[in-house]
Amino acid sequence: MGGRDTGAVAIDPSPQVAARGPWFRRALGGAAVPLLAAAGLAAFWLFPNDLGLMTRIAATALYVLSLDLVLGFGGIATLGQAAMFGAGAYAAGIAAVHLVSDPLVLLAVGGLAGGLVALVTGALILHARGLTLLMLTIAVVQIVQEVVNKARDLTGGSDGLSGIEPSPLFGLFRFDMFGRTSYLFALAVLLVGFLVARRIVRSPFGLACRGVKEDPLRVAALGGSPRRYLVTLYAIAGVFAGVAGALTAVTSGIVGLDSVSFSWSAEALVMLVLGGAGRLVGAIIGTVAFMTIHHVMAAIDPFHWMLFIGLFLMGTVLFLPGGIASLADRLIKGNRA
Amino acid sequence: METLFGIVVDGVAYGMILFIISVGLSVTLGLMRVVNLAHGAFAMVAGYVASYAAQGLGLPYAVGLVAAILFTVLATLPLEKLLYRRIYGSANELAQVLLTIGLTFVIVAGINYLFGPTLKRIPLPDALLGTVAIGPKSIPVHRAFVIALGAATVLGLWWLLERTDFGIKLRAAVDDPNMAAALGIRTERLYTATFALGTGLAALGGVLGAELLPLEPYYAIRYIVLFLAVVAVGGAGNILGSAAAALALGIVDTAGKYLIPSFGEFFFYAALILILFRWPHGFFQGRAA
Repeated sequence: MGGRDTGAVAIDPSPQVAARGPWFRRALGGAAVPLLAAAGLAAFWLFPNDLGLMTRIAATALYVLSLDLVLGFGGIATLGQAAMFGAGAYAAGIAAVHLVSDPLVLLAVGGLAGGLVALVTGALILHARGLTLLMLTIAVVQIVQEVVNKARDLTGGSDGLSGIEPSPLFGLFRFDMFGRTSYLFALAVLLVGFLVARRIVRSPFGLACRGVKEDPLRVAALGGSPRRYLVTLYAIAGVFAGVAGALTAVTSGIVGLDSVSFSWSAEALVMLVLGGAGRLVGAIIGTVAFMTIHHVMAAIDPFHWMLFIGLFLMGTVLFLPGGIASLADRLIKGNRA
Repeated sequence: METLFGIVVDGVAYGMILFIISVGLSVTLGLMRVVNLAHGAFAMVAGYVASYAAQGLGLPYAVGLVAAILFTVLATLPLEKLLYRRIYGSANELAQVLLTIGLTFVIVAGINYLFGPTLKRIPLPDALLGTVAIGPKSIPVHRAFVIALGAATVLGLWWLLERTDFGIKLRAAVDDPNMAAALGIRTERLYTATFALGTGLAALGGVLGAELLPLEPYYAIRYIVLFLAVVAVGGAGNILGSAAAALALGIVDTAGKYLIPSFGEFFFYAALILILFRWPHGFFQGRAA
C-alpha cells in the first residue's frame, strides 16, 4: 500500500463535501474497504519492487488493528501486544515446520495461539489500571520472550525459526519468489480482518466495550461486568494479533525473537497513535505512514530515524491528539466555524 | 557462602542504584501523575556528561559528578516548562507515555550524534578502585561507595520530606493538589522544584551506576522498564517503598543472574507479575496516583 493512496481515505478538504459532514463521513466509512482494496491493488501495480515491504506493512497493519481494538475501543493501555503477535507467529511457524503447511490452517493456528495467550494473561492482569497494568503487560511480553528463548529446540532461540514453507494457497497459488502471492494474500487477510473488526466494534458488544472505556462504574451499575467485557475484548484482539503474527511467519518464512519484544509492542503503539486510536482506519493509516517513513529513514541511519519519529510523536501528542485520521474531522470543523 | 556474599553485595549495590534513579520517577509520578518514560534518558545524559568531563576534559571524578548533575537539571528545566506542564495530572496516560517516549527517542538520537554509538566509561579515581575489608571478606570500594551514597540518599530524602517545610508542602500536594493550592501552597513552583529534584537524583544514579548499567545510547530505552518496575512495586510517591522495592528487585535480579543465568530475566518478571497481581497499587501502597 502506498502511503499517499490510503492517506486520501481520510483527508478531503473540499468545503462543499465538508458542509454535509455526518453524511459524508458515513459514506466514507462505507467506502473505506473498497478504497483500501483499491489503494492496495494500485500499490501492487505501482511498486512491484517493494512487495516484500508492502507485505510486511499489510501484516503489521493487522497487528496494529488488534491493538486499536484493545486500546481505542477498550481503553486498555498496553505495552504487551507483541506477546500475542509473537505467540501467533511462533505457533504458526512451529506448526509449519512439524505438522501442516496449508497457509489458511496456519493462520488459524496462529489466531488460536494469540487468543489463548490473551485470554489467560488478560484474565490475570486486567484487574489493574494505569501504571500497574502497563507494567504487567510489559512483564507478560518479557516472560513470553524468555520462554521462547528457552525453548530452543522448538523455536530456535535467538537464532530464530526458519524453514517455514507453506503449501500453495487453496492448492492453486504458489508463494512465488517475487512475493506477489504473499502480498495479495496479506492484503486480502487484512481486508477481511478489517471487516470483521468493524463488525465487532459496531455490535452491541463493541458498544458495551466503549461504555467500559468511558465509564466502567456506570456499566457495572447497569448490571454489566466491565472486567468480563475487557477480557473478552482482549482475547478477541489477541486472535487478531495472532493471525497477524502467523501471516508474517507465512509470508516471510522466518520468525525472530524480536517479534515478541517490548519494543515491537511500543512500535505498534506509536503507529496506532500516529494514525489515530479509536478508529479502525487510523490503525492502517498509522502503520503505512510509520513503516514507510521507517523504511526510508532507517536506510540512511537508524538514529536519524529515531530523532525524526521522536519529534513526530511529540508533535502528534501536542498538536494533533487524534492522529492523522482526525485531520478530516478537523478540516470539517474548521470549515464550519 | 562466597556466592551468597557476592549476591548480597552486588544485589544491594545494584538495588541502591535502582533506588536513586527510580525514586525521582516515583516522586514525580506520585505528585504530578506523569508517567515519565524519559527519566532513564535523563540519567543517561548525566552519565555521558560525566564521562566527557572525565575523559574529554580530564576533570576529577567528583567535579564531573557535580557538573553532570547541574547540567542535567538545568537542561531539563525548560522541558518541564515547555512539555511536562502540559501533561501534568492528565487523565490520559497514553499521551504521557507517548510524549515521553518521543522525547526519549530524540535524546537517544542526540546522544548518538554527539558521542557515537560505542560504550562510554567514567574512569573511577584511585580512591574508589581497590577493595575494602569487612570482617573476613573484602568488597570493591566502588560497591561500598555506591551503597553508602544510596543509604545517604534514603536518609537525606527522608529528612527532606519529613522534617522540612518543603517536604510538608510536597506531601500535602501529593495527597491533595487542589486543597494544597487552596491553602496557599504555590504548587507550580513546587512542581518545578520536585521535577528538578527528581532529575538531579536520576543524574546522580546515572553517573554512579555507570559500572553496573553501562552507558550507551540505548540505555534510555533498555533500563526504563526496570525503573518503572521499582515504582510500580514500591507504590508511586512512596520513598521507603521505592527503597525496599529497589533492594528487593536488585537482589532478585542479581541472584537470578548468579544462580540460574540461562533463565535471564524470567524470575525478575515472574516476581513482578506475582507482586502486582496481589498488590496492584504497589507492595507498599502509594500515597496517590
